[in-house]
Amino acid sequence: MTRTPENRDAFSVLDRPNSYIGKTVPRPNLDRLMQGRGQYVSDIELPRMAHVVFLRSPYAHAKITGIDAAAAKRMPGVIAVVTGQEIAPVITPWVGVLSHLKGLKSAPQSAIAVDRVCWQGEAVAAIIATSRAAAEDAAEHISVAYEELDAVTDMQTALDPTTSVIHPALGDNLAFERNHDAGTVDAAFAASDEVVEAEFIFGRHTGVTLEPRSVVADWNSAEGRLTIYQGTQAPHMVQNIAALHLGLQESQVRVVCKDVGGSFGIKVHIYADEMATYALSKLLRRPVKFVADRVESFNTDIHARDHRCKGKIGVKCDGTITAFEIDDLTGIGPYSMYPRTSAIEANQVVNLVGGPYATKNYRARARVVFQNKNVMCQYRAVGHPIACSVTEGLVDLAAMKIGMDPVEIRRRNLIADDAYPCASPSGLRFEQLSHHAALAKLIKMMDYDALRAEQTTLRARNIHRGIGIASFIEVTNPSAAFYGVGGAKISSQDGVAVRLDAQGAVVCQTSITEQGQGSESLTAQIVGSVLGVSMDRVRVILGDTDNTPYGGGTWASRGAGIGGEAALQATKVLRKNILDVAAAILQSSSGELDIVNNNVVNVSDSAPRIELSELARIVYFRPDTLPPGIQAELMATRHFVPREYPFAFTNGVQASWLEVDTDTGFVKLLKHWVVEDCGTIINPQLVDEQIRGGVVQGLGAALFEKCIYDERGQLTNANLADYLVPMSGEMPDIDVGHVVSPTLESELGAKGAGEAGTAGAAAAVTNAVNDALSPFGTIITEIPLTPQIILTALGRI
Amino acid sequence: MKASAFAYARATSVVNALELLAVYGDKAKVLSGGQSLMPAMNLRLISPEFIVDIGELAELRGIFVKGDVITVRALTRHVDVLRSPEIATHAPLLRDATSHVAHPAIRNRGTLGGSLAHADPASELPACMVALGATVIVCGPQGERRVPAQEFFTGIYETALSPQELLVAVELPVARKDSAHFFHEFARRHGDYAMVGLAAQSTIVGGQFTDLRLGFFAVGDRPLLAGAAGKLVNVAVTPEVLAKASVILGEELDPQEDQQATPAMRRHLAQVLLQRCVSTLLSRPDLQGLPAR
Ligand SMILES: Cc1cc2nc3c(=O)[nH]c(=O)nc-3n(C[C@H](O)[C@H](O)[C@H](O)COP(=O)(O)OP(=O)(O)OC[C@H]3O[C@@H](n4cnc5c(N)ncnc54)[C@H](O)[C@@H]3O)c2cc1C
Repeated sequence: MTRTPENRDAFSVLDRPNSYIGKTVPRPNLDRLMQGRGQYVSDIELPRMAHVVFLRSPYAHAKITGIDAAAAKRMPGVIAVVTGQEIAPVITPWVGVLSHLKGLKSAPQSAIAVDRVCWQGEAVAAIIATSRAAAEDAAEHISVAYEELDAVTDMQTALDPTTSVIHPALGDNLAFERNHDAGTVDAAFAASDEVVEAEFIFGRHTGVTLEPRSVVADWNSAEGRLTIYQGTQAPHMVQNIAALHLGLQESQVRVVCKDVGGSFGIKVHIYADEMATYALSKLLRRPVKFVADRVESFNTDIHARDHRCKGKIGVKCDGTITAFEIDDLTGIGPYSMYPRTSAIEANQVVNLVGGPYATKNYRARARVVFQNKNVMCQYRAVGHPIACSVTEGLVDLAAMKIGMDPVEIRRRNLIADDAYPCASPSGLRFEQLSHHAALAKLIKMMDYDALRAEQTTLRARNIHRGIGIASFIEVTNPSAAFYGVGGAKISSQDGVAVRLDAQGAVVCQTSITEQGQGSESLTAQIVGSVLGVSMDRVRVILGDTDNTPYGGGTWASRGAGIGGEAALQATKVLRKNILDVAAAILQSSSGELDIVNNNVVNVSDSAPRIELSELARIVYFRPDTLPPGIQAELMATRHFVPREYPFAFTNGVQASWLEVDTDTGFVKLLKHWVVEDCGTIINPQLVDEQIRGGVVQGLGAALFEKCIYDERGQLTNANLADYLVPMSGEMPDIDVGHVVSPTLESELGAKGAGEAGTAGAAAAVTNAVNDALSPFGTIITEIPLTPQIILTALGRI
Repeated sequence: MKASAFAYARATSVVNALELLAVYGDKAKVLSGGQSLMPAMNLRLISPEFIVDIGELAELRGIFVKGDVITVRALTRHVDVLRSPEIATHAPLLRDATSHVAHPAIRNRGTLGGSLAHADPASELPACMVALGATVIVCGPQGERRVPAQEFFTGIYETALSPQELLVAVELPVARKDSAHFFHEFARRHGDYAMVGLAAQSTIVGGQFTDLRLGFFAVGDRPLLAGAAGKLVNVAVTPEVLAKASVILGEELDPQEDQQATPAMRRHLAQVLLQRCVSTLLSRPDLQGLPAR
C-alpha cells in the first residue's frame, strides 16, 4: 500500500531529475574501506601515546582489601599503575537514572572499582605502559586481595528477602518496576473462549562488534583540551559526559569518531573503562589508548535481553483476541548503565507487547533487578525481540488452541490499515502503519499455501518442517521523549550544514554518525538529489564535535529519518541561495532556474546556463561582478527533530521456514522473509542490508547466542569459540519486501529501518519450530533453541 | 590478548629442530600452522619460553603413495589434503573429514601434524587416523618410532609424543576397492569442533560388512574406535542387530559434559550417527529413523 501524501508538492524535492532517492548507489566510503584505508581508533598512533590494560576482577562480588602493584610498577615499559582510589580525584562517579523512568534507582559507579567489585570483569586497576603487551605482562604481577561476597546471580531470586542486597543503600535489588493496565483485562479474559498462558525465556546475549570498543584520549594541558578518539554512535553525548565528570566545559572536549567497525547499540553507552581512559590521559598528561580485547569485550560490553516473561492471551472461537497480559522480569547487572539507563529495555517490552493488534485490553508488569553479572543495556531493537516473541508466541498458541491458521488469526486481529492515526493500549501513537498490506505481501512472497502443502507431504515422510510468522512494530525516529525528557543530555535533534566550495563541489557536515550502515551514503544521496549535483561531488563529514553541527548521532533507527531530513532541509536552502545568485548573474529569476547535473539550467527548456563551478568562481573570487546588494550565502544549516509524534513507528512481518531434525534437535533454517515499511526508501540496498543484518542478529538470538554464567556469576563462554555468533553457513536466504507509508512529519518521509530485522526474527523462528513440532505435542518458549533444549522437549534424552 | 615474550628459532632441518627441542625440553613448543598454539599463547593459557618453528622444513611436506601405503607428512596443510588427488582417491574419508575442519583461513595454515599433535578430542582428524588404522611416525633423540594411531592419542590434548619428539608423518593404508566410508558430525555451526562426530571406514561384500571401523570423536577424552562395530560385521544387519550394537555403543561411551551437550545427549547423538552410518553404508533406508536406542 502506498499512500499519496495530500501535499504532492512536498515530495517534488525528491522526485527531481537524476534523483538518487530510491536508487541503489554504491556507498561513497566503500573503496576506502575495501582498500584498508579506513581509520579506526586502533589505527591512531600519537606521539608519547601509552597503552592501558585493565586488571579485572575474577570474582562476581568481592571486597577489595588490598592492591599491591609494587612489582608491576618495576616491570619494563610500565608508566603507571592506577587504582580506583587514585583515579577518583580526576573523575567523579555517576548514577544511571533518568527522571521519566519513575522509581528507577541505581548506585554510584566509578571508573575503576574503589573498594568493591560487583561483577566478574569490573576493572580494579589500570596498567599504563609503552605497549599493550608490556602492560599485560605487568598486570600479571599485581596482587589484589579480595574477600569474596555473596553473588546475586539468579534474577528469579534477586528480590527474595533471603537474598543479599548488592547495594545496601538502595534497600533492595529492585532497580525499576512499571505497571500498566489498560481497558478491562479481567472482564476480557472472563469473556474469552480460551485463555492461554506461557512463560518465555530469553538468553542473555551481546552485540559482538567486529571492532572492539576503543578509545584514544589525548589531554593537551597547554590547550586545556581533551581530544577523545572513540568508536561511538553519539559523539556529542560522549563530549557532554566526559566534560561533566572530568570537571571540564564541553568546549574543552572534542570527540572524534572516524570509522567504526560495527556498534549495534554496544557503542552508544558510557563505559567505566572508557571514562578511566579519559581520566588517565588527564592524570598522566599524555595520550592513552584503550582497545578492548575479545575476552574483555565479552565481560564488559553491555549484554542484553535476559528476560523471563510470563504471558497470557484471551481469544474467542472466532479468533478475536480479547486481551494480553504479561509479567516480565529482567536482570541488568549491578548498575544501571549510564546515561541511557538499563530500564529502557523492560520499559519497551511493556510498551510494545500487543502493539500490532487491535485489542485495547492490556495489563503489564515489568521488574528490573540488580545482579552480580556484567551490565546490561540497550542493544539493537531494544525490547522488541522480547515483546515480539511474547506477543507472537501467544498469538500462535491462541490460534493452535482454537484450531485456526496462524495467518488467519493475524488477519482478524491486526490493526486495520485504514484505522490510523490511532494508539496502542500502552499509549503509543501510530501515524500510519500497514500490517495488512505487509502480511498480504509476505504471504505472496513466500507462497504460503504451497509451503503448507509441502509441509504436509513431508510430514508423512517423517520430515518436520515449520512455518513461523511474526508481525511487529518498531520504534524509530525518537524525539526528546526517549531520553531528553528524563534529563539526559542526549540530543534528539540533528543538524546538517552544506556548502558549495570554490569548484562547485559540496561539503556536507552532519551530526549523525556512520558505523557501517551507510549514513554517509544516504546523506550524500539526499544532498545530491535535492541540490541537483552528482554524488561524487558531495563529501560528507561526520563524527567530529568540532566540525559538525550539534546532534544525537546514530541510534534507535534515527539517522535517515532525522539526520536525512536535516540534510534535505539544509540542501533546499542552499539550492535556493544558489539559484538566487544564479538569477542575479544570469539576469533571470530564481523561479525560472533549476539545478540539474551540476549545472544551473532553465526550467522551461532544461538548457544549461551556468556550471556550478563557474558560479562558485564568481561568488568566491569575483564578487565584485555581482550586482550591488547581492551577498551570496553558499552555506546553509538546518536542524530537524520530529515534534508531532514522539516516535515514528514502523511495522513489518517476518516469516521463517525451517526443518527440525527430531532425532538430533538440530534446526536448519531454509528460508526467511521480511516485509517492512520504513516509509521513503532512500537506498534500497542499504535498507535491505540493514534488514538482513538485523535478521541475522535475531537468528543468532534464536538459535546460537547466549552468555552462559555459572551460579557464582562467572561468564563461562567469553570467547568466540564457545559463544556462538551466527555465521553465513547456517544462514538462510533472506528475501526482503517493502510497503511504503512515508511519515508526513518530514518532507523526506523516511522512518528507520535499522532494527526491524532483529525485532521479529527470533519470534518467527520460535513459532516455526513449534509449528514443526506440533505433531509431537510440545511447545518450546525458550531461546536460544539449542539441540539440547529441543531434544529434551521431545523427550529424546 | 598478547602472548608473553618468548624466544624463537626457525628450525633449518628436522635434525636441527630435534636439537633445539633436546636443549629446551618442555619449555619449548613446536610451531607448525599456529592455529591452535597461537590462540592459546595469546590467551596466555600457555606461555612457552621457546618456540621452534618447523614451518620452513620442506622435508616435512608432501603426500606420497607407495604400494598400498599413503604417507602424509606432518606439515601438510588441511587445504593440501582437500586438494590432493591422492587423498581423494586413496583416503577419501580424510578428505571428507578435513572439509569439516574449521574455515578456509584456518585450513590454509593449519597442518595435519599439528592437529594430531594437538589431540583435541573433538577434532575430526585424530578420529580419522583411528578409523583408518594409521601409523604415526615420530622422530626423537633416539631416532624414529612408529606408533599405531590408537596408541598415539592418550587423553585430552595428550599424546604419546614426548617434548623432545617431532611428529613427522602418518602412514595410511590405501583404501580397498570394496571399501566405503562415512563421515558426519554434529556441530552447531559449520566449521566448529563437533558435539559428536563419526569417521567410519568399512568394506562391504554382498550387502554385509566384512570390516567396519567406527572412529567416534567428541565422545570422550580421545577418539574412540567403537567395539560395537563388531556386532555388525559378517552378519545380516536387521533393526534388532543394529539396536543391539547401539546399546553396546552407549555402554562403551563415557562422554563429557560441556556447554553444548550433556553426556546423555552425546550418547544419544552418537547412537543416531551409528544408525545413519550403517544405513548409509549399506544403502538401507529401512534402518533409518528407528528409535536410536
Ligand atoms: C577458529 C578455529 C576453528 C578450528 N576448528 C577446528 C575444527 O573444527 N576441527 C579441528 O580439528 N581443528 C580445528 N581448529 C584447529 C586447527 O585445525 C589447527 O590447525 C590444528 O588443531 C593445529 O594445527 P597447526 O598446524 O595449526 O598446529 P599448531 O597450532 O602450530 O600446533 C598445535 C600443537 O601441536 C604441536 N605440534 C605441531 N606440530 C607438531 C609436530 N610436527 N610435532 C610435534 N608437535 C607438534 C604444537 O607444539 C602445539 O602444541 C580450529 C582452529 C581455529 C583457530
